[in-house]
Formats: sequence, structure tokens, C-alpha cells
Amino acid sequence: MPEATMIMYEEEYQQIKTILSKLRTDANAKMVFLIDKTGQQIASHGDIGNLDTTSLASLTAGNVAATDGLARLIGEKEFPVLSHEGERDNIHISVVGGRVILVVIFDERSSLGLVRLRVKRASSELNEAFERIVNKAEQEKAGLGKRNTPFTEISDDDIDRLFSDDGL
Amino acid sequence: MTFINYASREINCKIVYYGPGLGGKTTNLQYIYDTSAAQQKGKLISLATETERTLFFDFLPLELGTVRGFKARFHLYTVPGQVFYDASRKLILKGVDGVVFVADSQRERMDANLESLWNLEENLKSHGYDFTKIPYALQLNKRDLPDVLSVEELTRELVRKDEPIIEAVAPKGVGVFETLKAVAKQVLTDLRKSAGAG
Ligand SMILES: Nc1nc2c(ncn2[C@@H]2O[C@H](COP(=O)(O)OP(=O)(O)O)[C@@H](O)[C@H]2O)c(=O)[nH]1
Ligand SMILES: [Mg+2]
Repeated sequence: MPEATMIMYEEEYQQIKTILSKLRTDANAKMVFLIDKTGQQIASHGDIGNLDTTSLASLTAGNVAATDGLARLIGEKEFPVLSHEGERDNIHISVVGGRVILVVIFDERSSLGLVRLRVKRASSELNEAFERIVNKAEQEKAGLGKRNTPFTEISDDDIDRLFSDDGL
Repeated sequence: MTFINYASREINCKIVYYGPGLGGKTTNLQYIYDTSAAQQKGKLISLATETERTLFFDFLPLELGTVRGFKARFHLYTVPGQVFYDASRKLILKGVDGVVFVADSQRERMDANLESLWNLEENLKSHGYDFTKIPYALQLNKRDLPDVLSVEELTRELVRKDEPIIEAVAPKGVGVFETLKAVAKQVLTDLRKSAGAG
């Protein structure tokens, strides 16, 4: 089963946040997001305001998945970058290490060229961070440095309560 | 793929509603959306054609509460039912943690149910999933309509393993949350098992 759980610990989360924050400053961007390929938001940075980031994550992943499908149809492995130009804001979407999706939203204070350049550098840093996450997960699986996850303790009552709390 | 974030203390899981076109998948999500408290839900996104047929997917993020101090968030997706949208269906199954099959109880839709169920098994296999192991619930929808097959007739054809079977009338909400609960429970139980085994 390919369902391997992704576990994000505080330490790696902070590293990722730092990379995103630096990318936003260096690229002069409004917002940056990191999204898992299945549509779940991993982290974000910038002036989010009341933007619906959950929807953004899901639609971006759908967009990337559809574009990957198109690529394969015409015999390409992938189209690694998608970009859309609006009247005010532009969006730059790229896949990092085949694993996660990096989204940069920028306006006229930046440019596609600058964004592309900075994304390249951030991508290799992010890739390293995710290598560490994967390694850590594998170590845990092998029982090395095993942590007590809170989920070994989940009881049937916990699960029932989850539903009854909300009157479901 | 369940995503556990220790930094934000969240668990995120993906549930996909599968089944033949017009069986009631979108209606399930719509009912959940309409009856959930504002702080529990995000926007319901429907990528639909002008005639309201699902084109790519519907998506509803839903927060059910906390388990062991972690916010449990479920991302509910539907797939387009029509046969020719198979490429889109396959994409949506990627990273799925649990599946609901929404069957249409009407006699004339039995073949469509079977075709869609077969298609689900194929598409899960192509992603490397073992259908016998994935959290799964079977919903028998449209129980209110006149020319429906009996529960026995439906289950004889549609049951694949020891899945929970829920009778439903989705627009009225009958069976809707029961179905979600049946599959969410299995997802969380799996999480406990995999945590225990790790
Ligand atoms: N009578 C009745 N109609 C239903 C039921 N569930 C769905 N419908 C209707 O069937 C049609 C198709 O439902 P929809 O949710 O769009 O199907 P989907 O293609 O599976 O997403 C809509 O007009 C619904 O109102 C049900 O339990 N009873
Ligand atoms: Mg639909």
C-alpha cells in the first residue's frame, strides 16, 4: 500500500518555514506556499490575509495532477513549472523533488525571471529538508530512535467522541 | 496519505466518494456542508459543468474535533461518475486514505454500479493499493425512490469484503454522517495500527 504517512516534526517544520520566508523576501513575492501532491497544505509564508488557503492547496494539487496527466499523454515525463499571469497577480507553481508543490504569488514588484531564479535555489534547500524528513521516518520505522507517537494510544472511545462532540 | 503535523498539531486525511454518475456523491458532500458548523468546515469547491455534473472533483475540508490533542481534519473529495472521465478519477484517488462507494439503489442503475465498482478496484490497483485493506464503506443511496432493489439484492452484488453497509437518502441526510463516520473510524484505526507497528 502506498499510503505511507507523512510526519512533520517541529524541527523540520521550522527549517521549511525559514526557507519559505527567505524565498518570499528574495523573490519579492507576496505569498509562498508549500503543498503536498495530494492537496494538503504543508506551510505558507507571507501576507495571507483572508485568502482561502485550503482551497488553494486542493485546487493547485488538482491542477498539477491534471497537467502531469497531460504531459504523460503526449509522452513527456512532466511539465515541471506552471505559471499563470493575471492582471495584477501572477502565480508560479513548481514541483520540488517530485514530492511537493511550491507556489509563489507575486505582482509587479517582482518578475517571472526573478521568481524563477529564487525558486530554483529554494527548491534544492527544500529537497534536502524533505530528504531528512523521509530519513527520519524510515529510522522510526526501523525502530531506531523510536518516539512514542500519540496515536498508538488512540482508543475506540477517542474515535467515538470525535463524532459525538459534533453531534454527528 | 495521512499527513501528521506535529508543529501545528494536525492530522489530515483524504476520503474519496466514488460511484456511478448521478448516484448522489455530490449530494453527500452538499449535505455535510449544509449541516456542519461554520468553524468546522472550509469552502465547498465544485469543479462542475454548466449543468452541474461534476467535471473534475468536489472538495470539502472538514474538521471533526481533536484526537489526543491533534485536530482531525478530513478532506472529502468526489470523483466525476461518467465513464469518459476515468483519467480524472484516477488522479483524485492519489494519496487516498479511505473510500466511500455511493451506490444507486435503482434497479436500472445496477450495471452502472458494477461498472463503477470494478473501475474503482482497477484504479486503486494502478496506484498500488490493496482494495481488501483500504478503509472502505458501501452506501446504498436513493432508498426513497420507488423502483429500487432490495438491500439483499444490492449487497449480494456489491459487497466486496466485510465493509460497513449504510442505507441512505442523501438529500435528506439519511445515512450521510453514518457513512462518513464508518469510513473515518477505519482511517483512524489504521493510524493507530501503523503507529503501533512503527
Ligand atoms: N430521490 C433521491 N434523489 C437523490 C438522492 N441522492 C441524490 N439524489 C439526486 O440525484 C441527482 C444526482 O446527484 P449527485 O449528487 O449530483 O450525483 P453524483 O453524480 O454522484 O455527484 C441529484 O438531482 C440529486 O438531488 C436520494 O437519495 N434520493
Ligand atoms: Mg457529482
